[in-house]
Amino acid sequence: MTTHSKSAEIFNRDFERTTWHDETLYFVRQKRDKAAFQIDDWELLRETASQIKFNVLSNLSEYLIQFEENALKNGIKVHWAADAREHNEIVFNIVSEYFEGNIPHDTFKGIVKSKSMLTEECHMNEYLISKGIEVVDTDLGERIVQLAGERPSHIVLPCIHWKKEEIGELFHKHLGTEKGNKDPKYLTEAARQHLRDKFLNRKVALTGVNFAVAVTGEFVVCTNEGNADMGTHLSDLHIASMGMEKIIPQRQHLSVFLRLLARSATGQPITTYSSHFRKPRDGQQMHVVIVDNGRSTQLGREDFRNSLKCIRCGACFNTCPVYRRSGGHSYHTAIAGPIGSILSPNLDMKANADLPFASTLCGSCSNVCPVKIDIHQQLYKWRQVLVKEGHTSATKTLMMKGMSKVLASPAVFKFSGKVGRMLMDKMPFMVNNSLNLWYKQREMPEPPKESFREWYKKNRK
Amino acid sequence: MKVALFIPCYIDQFYPKVGIATLELLEKLGCEVVFPENQTCCGQPMANSGYEHETEGCTSNFQNNFDEYEYIVAPSGSCTLHIKEHIPIKGKIYELTEFITDILKIETLEGSFPHKVGLHQSCHGLRGLFTAQMSELNAPQFSKPEQLLKNFKGIELIKLSRKDECCGFGGTFCVTEEAVSVRMGQDRVADHLKNGTEILTGGDTSCLMHLEGIIRREKHDIKVMHIAEILNQAIS
Ligand code: SF4
Repeated sequence: MTTHSKSAEIFNRDFERTTWHDETLYFVRQKRDKAAFQIDDWELLRETASQIKFNVLSNLSEYLIQFEENALKNGIKVHWAADAREHNEIVFNIVSEYFEGNIPHDTFKGIVKSKSMLTEECHMNEYLISKGIEVVDTDLGERIVQLAGERPSHIVLPCIHWKKEEIGELFHKHLGTEKGNKDPKYLTEAARQHLRDKFLNRKVALTGVNFAVAVTGEFVVCTNEGNADMGTHLSDLHIASMGMEKIIPQRQHLSVFLRLLARSATGQPITTYSSHFRKPRDGQQMHVVIVDNGRSTQLGREDFRNSLKCIRCGACFNTCPVYRRSGGHSYHTAIAGPIGSILSPNLDMKANADLPFASTLCGSCSNVCPVKIDIHQQLYKWRQVLVKEGHTSATKTLMMKGMSKVLASPAVFKFSGKVGRMLMDKMPFMVNNSLNLWYKQREMPEPPKESFREWYKKNRK
Repeated sequence: MKVALFIPCYIDQFYPKVGIATLELLEKLGCEVVFPENQTCCGQPMANSGYEHETEGCTSNFQNNFDEYEYIVAPSGSCTLHIKEHIPIKGKIYELTEFITDILKIETLEGSFPHKVGLHQSCHGLRGLFTAQMSELNAPQFSKPEQLLKNFKGIELIKLSRKDECCGFGGTFCVTEEAVSVRMGQDRVADHLKNGTEILTGGDTSCLMHLEGIIRREKHDIKVMHIAEILNQAIS
């Protein structure tokens, strides 16, 4: 069994919970449909977004340089990180330098962080915490998984795998809320008070970047909770971590992406806060760390280049029938779901070789994707690459070779009869003699007396 | 019109009745049907598992058998899609329902089928061959299989809660991700049960084999028929 299929099997042992997880996410997919179908030009909007991103990816280096120039003019400091390690070190250096000059007490040596999947990808929290810096996630869902010692299971809805009763328990333990109280309003208020205190006493804020506008040198951060704004407005130091593909050429392109992003993500017309950061306040420092971490390599892979168009809306997660029934953690990477399965093998083929196979190739993901990434085609292509690079089991390869031989040869294939059929040796889907795996929860087809070609010979020739 | 029939390997071996119905149906619709006898498998199960490079034998065998025909028809959306995308041939291959609506230009069929029929849209037929509009897109509705079924006397086409969710078969996925595969299938079956399906049909035998396997194991009162069987029976 693969890593994904093992975790998925465990996930599925709880039938009711799997139902709940599936239905919760499918509900979000339906909200997306409703919002999307209210816009007559929805498909045109998707196509436009896809084309803008195509232009960006084709001219990425120029746009990045343009962005840097303009950001510098605005007084933003720009850093370049080749990989996750460099990103973490850069952030650490900026933060510790600031602390040395400004923070007298260790108690406040912390940062407030709004949602950033890039910092998850870089394992930044662990790194900074190991260096003695407190990191407080301020997105409610991220705070919940952080308190629980977990990682997000979804890029937009990080704690979607948590039920409200369980959150009540968690808050009781960590924030001292009443035992047994699971009222979302009450719990949210408790989290709000808890985070207020952090916001007021931390002078360093870290955010992600949803869009970086090349011609203006500004960046846009989208949240629903306003936590990015709360953090940055109260901070003296703002660091923004940005994947290098987040560039858009002009401000006007936001009119395409902002319309697509929230509708695809949650079915809202627009995120509650779409905040533009253009220059630091007086006395504030603002830094942008532009991160590669495998993106150049992916850009160089023609078949997989398009995956860099992703705006991290999560729609492909919500529609994915496999994701809904296996949970985000079964993907064992920062970015789960269909998009994670085409991004992760680029970072580590061996460790993530199972992910492109965790799909039926149904294609629903590609259809909801607001930037029209051909996700399921790329899953298919990754399978070919992974097999060729030797990342599948030797038994499977042997079976496949044997199967291909039998099926390619009319002489071998034709001779079968009822017994052969009973043994299912002409069933190309049964790799690894996995007959038992078919049979565990499903009946076999009843072998007929004669094959079609036997019937044909008797009746039509 | 002369039509070459492609009967995918597992249909040949396990579901000859689907092949027979397809052949008889096409004949009733006025086609001259031939079955090139040295055909085997299109190679789709191996290719989808990452072994496209091992399928040259299947590809050339397919070409040898079918290159002389202008029209090839198969009662399987997923095999048709694979051939379309990966096997260069002189003629063209069609999934059965799209062949009837698009090439034979049959708008609707007359006949009788007094049953509650639930249609399973296979993903490869739907999202690969566009046999119907996909639920994700904001675009005009249509459905080729429904178009062929809907005018039969007595038929009731069941409306599902999720009209085109994947059944979880997925080729070798059905065993490599057994838990998720079965769960997806169970959920599809539950949707049909909830909405009153008596006969579950579709254009892909592989999806139907998976769903039928679950239905029989769980002893549900739903019969499974390939759409070729329904069409063939209803118009006679
Ligand atoms: S791949 Fe597309 S659908 Fe999935 S998260 Fe990215 S933009 Fe959204």
